[in-house]
Amino acid sequence: MIEIKDLVKRFGETTVLDHISFTVNKGEVLGFLGPNGAGKTTTMKIITSFWGASEGSVKIDGLEVADNSIATRKKVGYLPEMVPLYEEMRVDEYLSFIAEIRQVEKDKRKERIKTVVSMCGLEKVVDRPIEELSKGYRQRVGLAQAILHDPEILILDEPTTGLDPNQIVEIRDLIKKLGQEKTVIFSTHILSEVSATCDRVIIINNGKIVGEGSPDELTRKAGIKEYLTLAVRGEKFAVVEKIRSLDNVANVELKKFEDGVVHIEIEPTEGHDPREAVMKIVIESGWGIVEFSQKQQSLEDVFRALTK
Amino acid sequence: MNKEYFSTIYALAKKELSSYFNSPIAYIFIGAFLIVGNWLFFNSFFLVGQVSMRDYFAILPWLFLFLSPAITMRLWAEEKKSGTIEFLLTLPITDWQAVLAKFFSALIFVAVVLLLSFSLPITLANIGSLEWGPVIGGYIGGLLLAGAYLALGLFISAMTKNQIIAFILALAACFGFFVVGADFVLVSAPQFAAPVMKFLGLGSHFYNVAKGVIDTKDLFYYISFIFFFLWLNARVISQRNWQ
Repeated sequence: MIEIKDLVKRFGETTVLDHISFTVNKGEVLGFLGPNGAGKTTTMKIITSFWGASEGSVKIDGLEVADNSIATRKKVGYLPEMVPLYEEMRVDEYLSFIAEIRQVEKDKRKERIKTVVSMCGLEKVVDRPIEELSKGYRQRVGLAQAILHDPEILILDEPTTGLDPNQIVEIRDLIKKLGQEKTVIFSTHILSEVSATCDRVIIINNGKIVGEGSPDELTRKAGIKEYLTLAVRGEKFAVVEKIRSLDNVANVELKKFEDGVVHIEIEPTEGHDPREAVMKIVIESGWGIVEFSQKQQSLEDVFRALTK
Repeated sequence: MNKEYFSTIYALAKKELSSYFNSPIAYIFIGAFLIVGNWLFFNSFFLVGQVSMRDYFAILPWLFLFLSPAITMRLWAEEKKSGTIEFLLTLPITDWQAVLAKFFSALIFVAVVLLLSFSLPITLANIGSLEWGPVIGGYIGGLLLAGAYLALGLFISAMTKNQIIAFILALAACFGFFVVGADFVLVSAPQFAAPVMKFLGLGSHFYNVAKGVIDTKDLFYYISFIFFFLWLNARVISQRNWQ
């Protein structure tokens, strides 16, 4: 669906994108992750043909974007970062303007606008000028505009920045719903968002792709080890020694000893789960258990490890 | 070039026009244009006592000089400042379509204003016998001149994010092009440059047309002037070299 090959973008001396290649398949939701200034927005601006590439090729449905800009733009719905909108227009005016430009057939326009308005939850504000809307509503108007012509591809640049937690969840659900039938690329630096919505993640840093895969794959690839944390009331050395002697335990590290409670981190051997054995020995030794948990493998760690 | 091509320009121009009339700018503009124009005209009208619009068309270029940059200043600068340009230029439209839409919306607006000023010749025709030839010529010349000012101003607006800068530069550029062919400039111009300057000047062509003599030379001049600056405008827009 979208094929990007050796994409390079330079502004004068600075190279913003440095030979980026990836493909997005039909129906996939791709999370585009990276610190600020990594090149996410630049990539999106090139896909939507706002900017031209310095080198490389971007193809949408086999069409080279640089040579078939109008045809490819028709396939794409785009929500730019910061959601620039025509402030003085009313929501309904704005949407019918877009419908006209986007060549939505005349007799279907009203129907289509109605559908999109209800999809994005804009019923209450359709007759209000955009400049009076809250950030959350603006974002939804931006989304409504992007999906109005029912494009196959959606490009959303940081669709949830500046929203409150409830609005974030709403927008995220909307993206998830849209992702069921459309190809979506969206950028973000909120990591929980990615694991909640994406099939695949690309992490980009300094204009280069540093990680690619499903959230799980990425965690594995980044070489981040899983840990179990255990806190028990007992004798410091006995606890460490006994647990270290278990099978499937690669290493035990004493984190802290406080008020008679031993806090340790257990690193399992690759591909094994020592949780039951640990539990058994804790009970047999009669240690009072305060905490036993598996440290969530977080994308945050992956992100930090890859973009440092 | 097909129906779709023009319906897109139409949709864009319609949006642009409705944004003029949604803001107070349009009404201030129309009010200022009619009041100042009529006042300046009637100031001398009763002294001279001639039923002729000649004086009005002498004032018209100077009115347009201030009012055209006021129309064009925001057309690109505002889009660049607010970021909507990124949205506009990722719609399935060509840069030319965007430029043409903005130009024609401004031109239509000026045409509406000129149409409203038609109360003047109608009044005059009731007072005495008005010779309509120069009046029609004056209006056509006025529209062509406005087109030239607007194309120039639009191009300048595309080069900045700041509306005030766009206004002042457009005013200066329009003034420059207007007076370069005027007699008082030509007198002090070097011999070899004078004919060229006379041809380049927006003013000299306007006064030709306003006499009621519509020469293809003048038409050609205006149309190429407008086309040239619209072309430059499209070039600037396609560069997108602003951040």
